[in-house]
Amino acid sequence: MIAVRDLTFGYPQGGFELRLRELKVTRGEGVALVGPSGCGKTTLLHLLAGILRPVSGSVLIDDVEVSALRLEDRQDYRALSMGLVFQEFELLEYLDVLDNVLLPYRISPALGLDEAAKQRAVELVEQVGLADKKNSYPRRLSQGERQRVAVCRSLVTRPRVLFGDEPTANLDADNRDQVMGTLFRYAAEKQAPLIVVTHDPELRERFPTVLDIRELTP
Amino acid sequence: MRDVIFMAWRYLRFYRGKTAVLVASISLILFLPAGLHVLVEQGAEVLTARAETTPLLIGAKGSAVDLTLSALYFRPPHVESMRHREVTRVDRSGLAHGIPMHLRFTAGRQRIVGTTIDYAEFRGLTVDRGRWLAMLGECMLGSEAARALGVDLDDHVLSSAGSAFDVAGSFPLKMPVVGVLAPTGTSDDEIVLVDIKTAWVIAGLAHGHEDVNSAGKDDGRVLQREGRNVVANASVLSYTEITVENMDSFHFHGNPDGFPIDAVLAVPASFKASVLLRGRYEEGDVPVQMIVPSVVVNELLETMFSVRDWVVLGGLAVGVASAMTAALVFALSIRVRRREIETIQKIGGARKRLVTILGAEITFVIVMAVVIAGVLTAVVSRFGELAARLVGA
Repeated sequence: MIAVRDLTFGYPQGGFELRLRELKVTRGEGVALVGPSGCGKTTLLHLLAGILRPVSGSVLIDDVEVSALRLEDRQDYRALSMGLVFQEFELLEYLDVLDNVLLPYRISPALGLDEAAKQRAVELVEQVGLADKKNSYPRRLSQGERQRVAVCRSLVTRPRVLFGDEPTANLDADNRDQVMGTLFRYAAEKQAPLIVVTHDPELRERFPTVLDIRELTP
Repeated sequence: MRDVIFMAWRYLRFYRGKTAVLVASISLILFLPAGLHVLVEQGAEVLTARAETTPLLIGAKGSAVDLTLSALYFRPPHVESMRHREVTRVDRSGLAHGIPMHLRFTAGRQRIVGTTIDYAEFRGLTVDRGRWLAMLGECMLGSEAARALGVDLDDHVLSSAGSAFDVAGSFPLKMPVVGVLAPTGTSDDEIVLVDIKTAWVIAGLAHGHEDVNSAGKDDGRVLQREGRNVVANASVLSYTEITVENMDSFHFHGNPDGFPIDAVLAVPASFKASVLLRGRYEEGDVPVQMIVPSVVVNELLETMFSVRDWVVLGGLAVGVASAMTAALVFALSIRVRRREIETIQKIGGARKRLVTILGAEITFVIVMAVVIAGVLTAVVSRFGELAARLVGA
């Protein structure tokens, strides 16, 4: 479960401030975060994921107060427990599909790369229809294929929470459905909260809970 | 650590063009001063070793450096020739033994050294295959000369004509190879060794031709006969190879004491004899000069070291500038990869791990550059002596 209480955040250079009194997301719940550009959706997502640290207030994931953790511990926690998908896919050009999927294991000392992880990566790549491209480099992939690889990367560590920042913004309808289908299935199977920032009205319809960030802030 | 190496290596392998340029640049930065240093040191060793085993050298007045380079390292002689009587003078002094050297001719690119058997003894030359010179017109080859000319025992070597347009000049002499010298690692490996008289034959000071003494009056080859002197025309066949059959027909015109040589190696009986002999050559009006090769070479090396120091200094300055450029390239590369770095951090990558990966990339590049520079320096070190000798030759 994710619980946010009395959260405030502002950038040191000023000009933007986010205040959030309370937010709760239960296990397995799918939440679409919506709102106009610049209202703080991505900032909130980054605060929930521990990428940013709030000025005050708390972010709890299960029983861990993520917002109170040191930087290194937040990074470890993110690697161990969270799956993140971004709008721009953000694959490393010099790694092939399988190695991009296994990237969290290569960059986090908290995760140990073993045969089971490698097997899981292969299975995920096969599940998203990229079995014949597992040794291809990102530049050889289409937009949809690249995002499917990014989704595999977010799931390979078997995270307890899933975050998506406009994960389907650059995709056509087929690829959007395939990507979101994979995320929804995982969230349902593992009872993982799935929080996605989106502008897409069609995608919004698929979420049982839609939160407009303007309504959350006082 | 395995993952760090994996990530660093994948990055460098994927951007192999950029990696190759960086490695090559750093290799050159490291290699140039090191290679130059090794090359100069080895060149100096080769030059010094040869010079130190040559006590005294006599040659025509002029450049002492030219005389040393031609007599010790067989560079083309730029000094005037002198007369063979200089050898006699040294021998008669009782202070030293003179070894003549005639250095004017080549066979291909190998210098023909006309001397006496004393030269081989003085230099400690030994026969690898074949035998020593025994007859006029024979030659022996240094090990490298044999390889360069592509000839061996029982083959023939042709002396190079002085000039293709000098129709009145001497003919090339075809010389049988009777022996190949054992390698010495010195300039002697590059020479074609002949007797001093054979060198004079090449110079046209001795020659052999068909017998015209017994020719009758009606023989068209004879132009004039006065007592024992016979004047023949150009149709008389001159021999271009000395054989057992025609050797008796070879004869010298003039007194060998007046024949040209290019240098005399003077081997003094003792240090005192050396000092006395040098004193005699420094006093009075003598048409030749006596030099101590080690002194000449050391002066030459001082200049060489000075030039090397400036070149190395310049190389180091370029190296520092290049190292700063390389650092800038690395810094810019990190800036270009900011998005990648942010992604890694967002998905849980530890800052320490990131720094280690970037550090490993730089380390890989530097290690590869050091290895390449090391290999190049080792190659220079291995073959530098040969290069120095080739330059010297």
